[in-house]
Amino acid sequence: MSAVIESHDHDDHHHGPAEGLTRWLYTTNHKDIGTLYLWFSFAMFLIGGAMAMVIRAELFQPGMQIVEPEFYNQMLTLHGLIMVFGAVMPAFVGLANWLIPMMVGAPDMALPRMNNLSFWILPVAFFILLSSLFMEGGAPNFGWTFYAPLSTTYAPPSVTFFIFSVHIMGASSIMGSINVIVTIMNMRAPGMTLMKMPLFVWSWLITAYLLIAVMPVLAGAVTMMLMDIHFGTSFFNAAGGGDPVLFQHIFWFFGHPEVYIMILPAFGITSHIIETFSRKQLFGHTSMVWAMTSIAILSFVVWAHHMFTVGLPLAAELFFMWATMLIAVPTGVKVFNWVTTMFKGSITYETPMLFAIAFVVLFTIGGFSGLMLAITPADFQYHDTYFVVAHFHYVLVPGAIFSIMAAVYYWIPKWTGNMYDERLGRLHFWLSFIGVNVTFFPQHWIGLAGMPRRVPDYALQFADWNMVSSVGAFLFGASQILFLFIVIKTVMGGKKATPEVWEGARGLEWTVDSPAPYHTFSTPPKVS
Amino acid sequence: MNEGSRKTIKLLCFSVLGMFTFSFALVPLYDVFCEITGLNGKIELEATTNQNLETESGRDVSIQFVSHNNEQMPWIFRPSDSQIKIQTGEFHTATFYVKNPTNKTMIAQAIPSVAPSNAASHLKKLECFCFEQQELAPGEEALLPVRLIFDDELPDSIKSVVLSYTIFDVTDYNDVEMTQHHNDNDHHDGHEMEPSL
Repeated sequence: MSAVIESHDHDDHHHGPAEGLTRWLYTTNHKDIGTLYLWFSFAMFLIGGAMAMVIRAELFQPGMQIVEPEFYNQMLTLHGLIMVFGAVMPAFVGLANWLIPMMVGAPDMALPRMNNLSFWILPVAFFILLSSLFMEGGAPNFGWTFYAPLSTTYAPPSVTFFIFSVHIMGASSIMGSINVIVTIMNMRAPGMTLMKMPLFVWSWLITAYLLIAVMPVLAGAVTMMLMDIHFGTSFFNAAGGGDPVLFQHIFWFFGHPEVYIMILPAFGITSHIIETFSRKQLFGHTSMVWAMTSIAILSFVVWAHHMFTVGLPLAAELFFMWATMLIAVPTGVKVFNWVTTMFKGSITYETPMLFAIAFVVLFTIGGFSGLMLAITPADFQYHDTYFVVAHFHYVLVPGAIFSIMAAVYYWIPKWTGNMYDERLGRLHFWLSFIGVNVTFFPQHWIGLAGMPRRVPDYALQFADWNMVSSVGAFLFGASQILFLFIVIKTVMGGKKATPEVWEGARGLEWTVDSPAPYHTFSTPPKVS
Repeated sequence: MNEGSRKTIKLLCFSVLGMFTFSFALVPLYDVFCEITGLNGKIELEATTNQNLETESGRDVSIQFVSHNNEQMPWIFRPSDSQIKIQTGEFHTATFYVKNPTNKTMIAQAIPSVAPSNAASHLKKLECFCFEQQELAPGEEALLPVRLIFDDELPDSIKSVVLSYTIFDVTDYNDVEMTQHHNDNDHHDGHEMEPSL
């Protein structure tokens, strides 16, 4: 009798998702919104990737073959903007939505309706940005850093649409961050102290604070541009008493913390995956937290290393050089912690672990080239060459993007209830790994040899390595179609996953069923 | 929603507003910072009020004058002398020749810059055409004066200073108030001090 009553009770409390399209439009469920974010970022990743293919196709040989230089500049600009604001950031927000409530034992995000809004304004922002391709004068063509006066006095008319779309993206990120912070600070399960929080949650807490601090500054920068263009002010116009260098200071005051916004969640993801597949407790949990915090704080005092060549005084150049190099210390702590976790572990090499190890190795290469660029006199030589392109692609592609792929393979059994195809996953990893290195490693050399970045054509001596780089890019691009196939295949079906999924996986998300029920932790779990 | 969440949300919203305001506060902060430190080669767009700049015991310093036209600015603009030797603590008047070769009346603004930048705070001006916007009728020409002095504290390492002016076409910007303030206590017409040609 009591069993009957219990099951009746259970049915009463179980609300499944609504049916049809309105489920996705009106949803306030963190898992649905996480899924929306992830699919949106995947779509943007493919669009931005297609633009990268145009770029590499044009650079396959010296001379102009495929596109006009004007269109090349538009591809370059949109590729950067879409990958940063459309692919990497929304992917991390999607992971945050899916995982943070489950990891801290909360039933949902703190502000579910705002969560819905912060997602649904994103497609609007990118529709506006992409529609500028079809406007008179073309899409923005001034590079993703949109330096004034290139983006004000000399910009195409579509720059106003660009400004509006950046405002919307900023609003979306700020709302997302408020949601993350409020959830983490106020909705943790009883017993989960801050220091017991999983590292992905920690990394996102710090990231959200960074977003709160710098996205308004970005909004301020584009607002000043808007006023310079349409309302006759002279923030960045020297004729009216303004200063173009001021733009660069404001932009990079946003831009440098932005770089860490794109890598801190990756640190969190990597820590979880390396811990699980090494079958050991993560080495140095507390030091990981402090390392991330110090990286975040330092990120506010290093911005001018992006502008060593604008004519900074010697004292400023020395300060920004040393402050930048200081960041290598907490970053080194993290890398050594990951390596120490793997040391003497019973490691198996499933796809998430392959991506995580590749992350550690290749991100460190990007970190080292960053140290080279931090040396002021050396930067005078490297500035605006392909060496810089190689550096930031090493930290963003096998850095941020590999960690997102690792996260998808690691948690997709929890999301869908199905195991992905391990054989195809490993194939995807090796194709991506080879592709990414063939693409970007030669760019170090052509950069050191003097090839400038952001050019549609180049001198003949750079021809061979550019061709190699393009071939690598085509391989990397094509292998992402395989990724899409693997994800769809896993969603459609596959070997059923157990609740724990991975042997020895730690964390509250592995205590619920696979796939995770629509509502989890309606009553908070006890954390000891 | 519990009380804690409400408090956190309020705090975060204020932080967002605060940082947005801060981004605009960076503009005056940047100017003040450059002015105090003399970084960026920026010099004040107003006449010095310091009366005690002149000394007898000055040393030689050479000064080079450089002129640039911004983008499509069609005026002819060049220094009368490209390089002169002067004494610190002694006033000197230099002139720049300017002509409007177009068939419409145009207004220009000259923006100065000093290299090396640590010389900027030691270069004082009693009078400069860059304090005012300059209006020239079609075909009109003029000699624009700058009366300047190096104070005694000019670092010994500096033997030569470049004073560069970039001239901007501000005909369309004429209603716009300058973000940097004009010389209010010594208001005069732009051409009053011109030596006759």
